Amino acid sequence: MNNRIDFPKPSERGRFDWSPHAQALGFEFVSSQKAWATLKLPFRDDLVGDPESGVIAGGAVTALLDHVCGHAVMMAIDFSTPIATLDLRIDYMRAAEPGLGIFAEAHCYKVTRSIAFVRASAWDRDKDDPVATAQAAFMINSDSGRRAAGPPSEPSSSQEAAG
Amino acid sequence: MSDTSDQLDALLGRIPYARYLGMRAELAGDEMTAILPFAPHLIGNPSLPAIHGGVLGAFMEMTALAQISIQQGLTRQPRPIDISVEYLRPARPLTTYARAEIRKIGRRIANVHVEAWQETRANPITLLRGHFLLSPRED
Repeated sequence: MNNRIDFPKPSERGRFDWSPHAQALGFEFVSSQKAWATLKLPFRDDLVGDPESGVIAGGAVTALLDHVCGHAVMMAIDFSTPIATLDLRIDYMRAAEPGLGIFAEAHCYKVTRSIAFVRASAWDRDKDDPVATAQAAFMINSDSGRRAAGPPSEPSSSQEAAG
Repeated sequence: MSDTSDQLDALLGRIPYARYLGMRAELAGDEMTAILPFAPHLIGNPSLPAIHGGVLGAFMEMTALAQISIQQGLTRQPRPIDISVEYLRPARPLTTYARAEIRKIGRRIANVHVEAWQETRANPITLLRGHFLLSPRED
């Protein structure tokens, strides 16, 4: 199937080209192990949220936390099936330091047949002084049943809505 | 209301990350609709394809910030304290819209709910609830 995601092999977990937004934000792979993942969002001027302070946008941290949580789920289920975020709760402890990139680590601490539960935190300098923490739930095998109709090789923008 | 409209354009134009996503907003009286045109760099999962969940969280968060700012005429950006995002439907490669409703606003904290939809307003794709700090303390 051409539109299957070309997920990274174990030796190339630093690849993000399968997810255009992750690649566009410039995520960097830091480390991963079973059910765990750590990523970095390098600082960039166009990701700033408040030009007066020069601090990276809360929204960019949101995208990083969402992505690292998903990555941890993939590490827990061995990249075997598509997933989708069900809910994501983020607490912003403090503003990041201007000009610094953000690290985020996630742990997928429970997987059921349909749902994965994840905790994550993000920091700039010191892991023990987080800028934000997150709690998320993901649906596993999120596109089962939706793929049956239509040619698999041609992603169609007019495919029926799920839900 | 053109003052408010200019203020809104200026607010979003000043936020590099809003420009990066391609977000804009329209005002009808005091009612703001935020608009996120589809762009390939917003895709998170190409197999569906679906817009990245983090993009939607960020888009709705900035919708809430903009709504607070135009309603309160704040000169400084409010800061998110916590947000909770619920994903109801996959976000397809289409234009996404959002509206924010300020449920409670006090001296320092606002509680805001945001709904985002694509083709049908009655079928929201994502919801956000959040608290925002109005007068950031130096810390």
